[in-house]
Amino acid sequence: MRALAVAAHGLVFSYPDGHRALDGFDLEVSAGERVALLGPNGAGKTTFALHLNGIHVAEAGTVAIGDLRVAEPDLAEVRRRVGLVFQHADDQLFMPSVREDVAFGPANLGLRGGELDGRVERALVAVGAADVADRAPHHLSGGEKRRVALATVLAMEPDVLVLDEPTSGLDPAGRRELVEVLRSLAQTQIVITHDLPFALELCERAVIVDHGRVVAEGATAAVLGDAELLRAHRLELPYGFDPAVASRGR
Amino acid sequence: MGAGHAHALYQHGHSTVHRMGPEAKLAAGFASVVAIATTPREAVWAFALHAAVLAAVVTAAELPPRFVLRRLAIVLPFVAFAFTIPFVAGGEEVTVLGVGLSRDGLWGTWNVLAKAVLGASVSIVVAGTTEEARIFKGLERLRVPVAITLIATFMLRYLTLIADELRRTRVAMRARGYAPRWLWEARPVASAAGAVFVRSYERGERVHAAMLARGFTGTMPELDTRTATRADWLRGATVAGVVAATALAAAVTT
Ligand SMILES: Nc1ncnc2c1ncn2[C@@H]1O[C@H](COP(=O)(O)OP(=O)(O)O)[C@@H](O)[C@H]1O
Ligand SMILES: [Mg+2]
Repeated sequence: MRALAVAAHGLVFSYPDGHRALDGFDLEVSAGERVALLGPNGAGKTTFALHLNGIHVAEAGTVAIGDLRVAEPDLAEVRRRVGLVFQHADDQLFMPSVREDVAFGPANLGLRGGELDGRVERALVAVGAADVADRAPHHLSGGEKRRVALATVLAMEPDVLVLDEPTSGLDPAGRRELVEVLRSLAQTQIVITHDLPFALELCERAVIVDHGRVVAEGATAAVLGDAELLRAHRLELPYGFDPAVASRGR
Repeated sequence: MGAGHAHALYQHGHSTVHRMGPEAKLAAGFASVVAIATTPREAVWAFALHAAVLAAVVTAAELPPRFVLRRLAIVLPFVAFAFTIPFVAGGEEVTVLGVGLSRDGLWGTWNVLAKAVLGASVSIVVAGTTEEARIFKGLERLRVPVAITLIATFMLRYLTLIADELRRTRVAMRARGYAPRWLWEARPVASAAGAVFVRSYERGERVHAAMLARGFTGTMPELDTRTATRADWLRGATVAGVVAATALAAAVTT
């Protein structure tokens, strides 16, 4: 068994309006593993992601990233270790140029000069976006924005990547480019998605989240092959898609 | 669309004014507004000079005059009350189109109007040529306390988001055949505005969360973005100096 990259136990969280979004959420992810988080809208997936770097703080339960508890005094280091790519790239990109946006995180870590430039360059190359470095983020295409958003967190050299619905709004080519980029990365990855073929292509393991907790988990092909389970949690494969056939080619 | 970069008041460009270091631009803008505000109202020639200087800066900034005028429309509701002053103020009366108006009140209207329009125009030029992150950086370099800088930046951000959401809501309402022409038909707009505010607030929270997630602690990292050069300070000082000298001359001669 490899070391645990993420360990969440018994998380309970309610929003200020009293709605309980997490209700005994447990998840363990090994270092280097890629896990898909599936589940209907409102299941609590995004809320869980925001617990991984301490933006939300659970009423009960614990989260650890590697050997660090997600809590003060280690919050700054936790936020470096966990790279969170938000669902809407527009929420994530706020600097005047792509280069400055990618530099924002590592600069907050205190990097300057050549070291900072190197980080920015490597992150942009890793996502295939080096050519847009000097453009304004809001002028990019949806696919470019998504990859730049990924670069902004890669520049912090995180151990764990958390991606919230990374394929939403992407055209097929943008989606394929994203799969290739994510497959080329060594980080532990937690991928929240409604795109079941994408989950199958990328992640060896899938967990289903509903009503604020993990309700099922297993090899992605097996989870997607369980029609009963999918139906029970409002998940649907695209018309004509057979996970058994699709995963045979891997 | 973009949450941070293209704030509602920003107009993309590469003019001299755009490229100026933000701290020099903000300082010059602030000094000019103070000078305009303290210009005696009777010195009409001084306001004409202020307007000429401003027009020159707008030209240098390559901002379309329509851009400035449309944004000026925002201040109109706030100066509307100025038009009531001549009717309610006392003192000597003059007759305009058969209506007796207070002379002092007319000067009052002129005073509010001229200063509001000129002052707002200065802000529009500064905001129109400076991205959010640079405004933040400029305020910080001017040693404005972090709390005030943060509040100013977030106000700008929420303003942007609200403008953005309002536009989308208006499109959505139009798409469903809503075309208000009279004030009493605007009730749906008011209730939609509530929803827009909540949505904008939540989106602002998400942007803030994204910043925290990347280690933001309240100060923008000092990236080698444009710091004000000697030439920038000189340009700023020239503009602000002319405006201040005009205001001073006006104060001495009236
Ligand atoms: N800011 C918020 N305030 C109140 N309730 C929220 C907020 N954000 C999410 N929720 C609620 O919490 C539940 C879980 O939301 P979320 O984690 O976004 O689900 P998912 O990402 O799985 O679609 C939903 O019922 C949602 O309506
Ligand atoms: Mg979500």
